[in-house]
Amino acid sequence: MIDILSNVILLAFLAITAIAIVRMTNLFAIIMLFGIFSLLSAGLFVVMDAADVAFTEAAVGAGISTVLMLATLALIKSQKEKKPSAHRPWLPLAVVAVTGAFLIYGTLDIPNFGDPNAPAQTHVAPYYLEKAMPETGVPNVVTAILASYRGFDTLGEVAVVFTAGVAVLLLIGGRRKKQKTLIENNTNANTNIKTKTGTNKETNNKKAPNET
Amino acid sequence: MKHNLILRVVSKFLIPLIILFALYVQFHGDFGPGGGFQAGVIFSAAIILYALVFGLNAAEKIIPQRILHILASLGLFIYAAVGVVAMLFGGNYLDYSVLGSTQVAGQHLGILLVELGVGITVSAVMLIIYFTFAGRGRE
Repeated sequence: MIDILSNVILLAFLAITAIAIVRMTNLFAIIMLFGIFSLLSAGLFVVMDAADVAFTEAAVGAGISTVLMLATLALIKSQKEKKPSAHRPWLPLAVVAVTGAFLIYGTLDIPNFGDPNAPAQTHVAPYYLEKAMPETGVPNVVTAILASYRGFDTLGEVAVVFTAGVAVLLLIGGRRKKQKTLIENNTNANTNIKTKTGTNKETNNKKAPNET
Repeated sequence: MKHNLILRVVSKFLIPLIILFALYVQFHGDFGPGGGFQAGVIFSAAIILYALVFGLNAAEKIIPQRILHILASLGLFIYAAVGVVAMLFGGNYLDYSVLGSTQVAGQHLGILLVELGVGITVSAVMLIIYFTFAGRGRE
C-alpha cells in the first residue's frame, strides 16, 4: 500500500516537474528543475529496489550534471528566449498524441513489474542470482555482474568516460587560444612600447649628438 | 562566494565527510550499493564543492590539471592491466579467478582493483570536465 502511494506521489511530482520545465523560460530555474527531476527519479528507483541505479542517478543526475550545466550557463550570455513563433501547434500535437498513444498501447504487453516469468528474469538472471555469491564471494550481485561477469562491458564504459574527458579537453580545454591572443596582445603592446621607446631612444640619440 | 562565512565553514565540515563517504562507497561497493562509478562522482563532488566555495584556483592547487590527466589515464590503465595480468596467470582476459589462491579470493581482488580503476578515472574525468568548463569563464 505504502509502495503504491509513494509511487503515485513520486510519479505525479515527476510529471509536474516535467511540465514546469517545458513551460519555464528561465534557464537557471530549468537547470534547478532538472536536478529536482533527477532526485525524484532516484527516489523512484529506490522504491523499485534498484539502489545502485538510484545512487548513480542522484550522484550524476542531481549532482554533477546540474553543476556542469550551471557552469555552462555561467559561460553563455544570458539572452532572453525568443517568443515562440506563431505557427499552428496542431500538427506537432497530433504527432505527439499518436506517438504517446502507441507507447501506452505498447506498455499493455509489458509484463508486470517484478513478474518472475518475465523474459528478462528467465534468461541469465537466475544464473547470476544463484552463482554470483559462491563464484565471486561478493554479496552485491550488481557489483559482481558489472565488475566480473560483464567486466569487459565495464571496461568499455570506463573507456567511454575517459574518451569524454579527452574530448572535452581537446575541444575547449587548454586555454591555448586565449593564451595565444593574450600573447599576441602582449607582443603587440611590447612592440608598441618598443617602437615608442625605440623612437624615443632614437630621438634621444639624435638629440644627444646635437647636444654634444 | 569567496566571502560567505557560513558557506566556508559548513563546506569545511562537509568536504571531509563527503570524501569519507566516497571512500566508503568505493571499498564497500561489493557489500552495499555503490561502486567505483558512484564513488568517483561523489569524490569529485567534494572537490567541486571546494572549487565553488573557495574558488577555482584554490581547487587547482589541491589537484593540478596535470595530475588529473595522469589519473584519468591511470584508472583505465589499472582496469586494462588487471585483464592482462589475468592472462599472464593463464586465464582469459579479465578473468579474475586466477589472480588469487582460490577462485573467490581472486574474484574479490580483481573486482576491488577494477572498481578502484573505475573510481580513479571517473573522478578525474569529472573534475577535468568541471575545471575545463569553469575555467573558460576565468580571466
